[in-house]
Amino acid sequence: MNSSIILSITTFVYAFASVLYIGSWTFKKDVMAKAGFFVLVAGFTGNTMGIILRWVESYKIGYGHAPFSNMYESLVFFSWTVAALYLFVEVKYRERIIGVFATPLIFLAIAYASLSPSISDRIAPLLPALKSNWLIAHVITCFLGYAGFAVAFGFSIMYLLKPAKSGSSSILPEVNSSDSQQSGTKFNALIARLPSLDLMDELIHQMVMFGFLFLTIGIITGSVWANSAWGTYWSWDPKETWSLITWFVYAILLHLRMMRGWYGKRIAWVSIIGFMAVLFTYFGVNLLPGLHSYI
Amino acid sequence: MTRNNYEDKTGKPYPARAGNPVWNLFKSVKLTVVLLLLLAATSVIGTLIPQNGTEPFYVEKYGEVLFKLLRVFDIFNMYNAWWFILLLLLLSINIIVCSIDKLGTTWKIIFPDKVSFHIEKFRRLKHKEEFESYLKPESLEVKYLSFIEKTFGMAVKENIDNGVAIFGEQGRWTRLGVYVVHLSILLMLAGAVIGGIWGFKAFVAIPEGQTVDSAFLRDSDTPVELGFKLRYNSFSVTFYDTGQPKEFKSSLTVIEADDKETITKDIVVNDPLRYKGLSFYQSTYGVDSAKSVIFKITNKKSGMTYTRKMEAGETIDIPESGGKFTLTEFVQGYNFQGHNLGEGFVGKLDEKKINETGKISGEGGEEKEIYIPVKYPTFDKMRGGEFFFEIQDYEKKYYTGLQVTKDPGVWYVYSGFIFMIIGCWITFFMSHQSICVEITRKAGKGCNVVVSGSANRNSQSMKLKISRIASKLKGIR
Ligand code: HEM
Repeated sequence: MNSSIILSITTFVYAFASVLYIGSWTFKKDVMAKAGFFVLVAGFTGNTMGIILRWVESYKIGYGHAPFSNMYESLVFFSWTVAALYLFVEVKYRERIIGVFATPLIFLAIAYASLSPSISDRIAPLLPALKSNWLIAHVITCFLGYAGFAVAFGFSIMYLLKPAKSGSSSILPEVNSSDSQQSGTKFNALIARLPSLDLMDELIHQMVMFGFLFLTIGIITGSVWANSAWGTYWSWDPKETWSLITWFVYAILLHLRMMRGWYGKRIAWVSIIGFMAVLFTYFGVNLLPGLHSYI
Repeated sequence: MTRNNYEDKTGKPYPARAGNPVWNLFKSVKLTVVLLLLLAATSVIGTLIPQNGTEPFYVEKYGEVLFKLLRVFDIFNMYNAWWFILLLLLLSINIIVCSIDKLGTTWKIIFPDKVSFHIEKFRRLKHKEEFESYLKPESLEVKYLSFIEKTFGMAVKENIDNGVAIFGEQGRWTRLGVYVVHLSILLMLAGAVIGGIWGFKAFVAIPEGQTVDSAFLRDSDTPVELGFKLRYNSFSVTFYDTGQPKEFKSSLTVIEADDKETITKDIVVNDPLRYKGLSFYQSTYGVDSAKSVIFKITNKKSGMTYTRKMEAGETIDIPESGGKFTLTEFVQGYNFQGHNLGEGFVGKLDEKKINETGKISGEGGEEKEIYIPVKYPTFDKMRGGEFFFEIQDYEKKYYTGLQVTKDPGVWYVYSGFIFMIIGCWITFFMSHQSICVEITRKAGKGCNVVVSGSANRNSQSMKLKISRIASKLKGIR
């Protein structure tokens, strides 16, 4: 039993969890979401074991480094952090169905890692510059940040699919007036199962704040690491710059909330745009040259 | 800010400094959003167009006309362009003005003359927890008061119609978090400016065993004095089994003006030497020369071989009284009839001719330069001499390439980092929360309890907290 096999199995467990969550929403069966939660916990356990085992394996080979050093490992870790954060939110807010759009992301990341032919799951040695505790702190915090934004993205989509009418008690009158009044009773029945708009709105904001804090720490630790390795804390390398652009987008989101009327739908859209920036920082930048091209 | 339960407590709206349009522009969050948008959008350009390239590269890539146009706007070094710096400057002014504008009001909220609670506000809240208790209101009051005091750090009692209300609050100071965040940005930008003005980035390559006292600026190649001497003692490199380098390490010694050796340190890629405001980073390494070499010398006729170890400048007698050989130096490359033979050794050979009878026929006296390459072992055989030289082994002498930086701004930047994290933590995860527990006497025995509360942010979390507190209060007997 090696880590690759465990992680492949985990991929299927996550797929099953996503199916259950989506099913619970489409078929209006709460019990499916309940089952989905336990399947997700099982997947998360497998994911955790896979990462630990890979760490051990790297020591056995003699390279001995934390499993956060290439695309495969980072995607697996991304799934792990999104799953961890999502499970935390579900337990804290006792809302089940909110996993409909978040769980597929968990599955997609690890599936992409396992299945894409361009991503190797070989354990490779580290370049000297990458041997640093700052690197571990950098990767972990960046991915916690990305996870926050990913979950916020899932919630944002859900927010946009839910008509304002079914929202319950609202402290924000702006939300109701600015949101379009969708009709169609069947569709309504489906999405009426979603939690209230206020809760969704605040969850999006909470996840963005969580993501922003950790992206901030991620950029900072990366910067400290660069300074200890190369003597410059900021060099405008494309990946660096793109993480800063992402950071700007979410800073804009936080400030837009200070301005009247920027709640609900509009914030959901900004959060979606922000997540596009995250995706570009993560995948797109590899098409551009720079120091980060190995990860 | 719009969802604020406390602003009106002071009874005053924000001070209106109307009239000054410049002030009003710079205090607005709208300007912040516009500036951040511009910064994000322009930053994209620099990731698409390679920065700090050479002129021919750009001309080839974009054509003469577009190249000139882009150069007018400093697009090829855009993160240092005047307009990019201007955006950052405007953002700084925005932060300063905005903070000054709001700090007064915030201060009044944090340190009010008197903390007062208004029960109507709590009654208006949608989310409330209600339960009944069979205990006497007087005994509940005492217990709840101490509970609220314990969880919130303070509690106030007020008599209301037919009962009593207990108020508690905490975290007024957390409203300062956002100022800490904004201050941290100013610190970081200040650090960058300080580093840009009083710092430098330079490079120096030192051969093993040698000492330098200056380095060369990255952009202009002008030398800068270090203020002390730096000796490079030795080098070591280890490899993975894949052949990839695992770690390279240089041992450096700092020598002060009075020839006192103050520090000796091994630097590796992530662990520089820091001394008197300068940092020395392991950047590159390479082979500078050879310490010693072991030659295999073969007599062509007899096939006899001899080995000799030599250092540069040394002269040996060739075996069998074949003459003399002086090793001049190790070179990185050698031009032989238009071909570069790569690394190897240059030497001077004074070979004696040996005639058929085995007698030495001449004293020589004719010195001739020969080259013994590392890569082509049979090269010297083709020279056509009596003996030929091959390299059996040689001990490399490395040079180390050091990045030398001086950045007096880095501590401002780092303290900005710390403030940024602390400030964000406070603003995002803490809030100014207040709670009200209303105990009203019921007609018969016992009483009715209503728990409500609000916070200046994260209202859903506050709801959960109120539910938790309510169930705890319910459990108190
Ligand atoms: C890169 C620049 C900036 C960053 C990273 C930043 C960051 C933040 C953060 C994290 C918050 C808290 C948001 C929340 O409560 O959820 C905030 C709030 C705020 N920011 Fe900024 N900020 C920046 C620039 C500015 C500027 C230039 C202004 C000037 C107008 C400004 C004005 C405000 C205001 C008024 C608030 C709300 C404070 C309150 O809740 O009372 N920010 N900012």
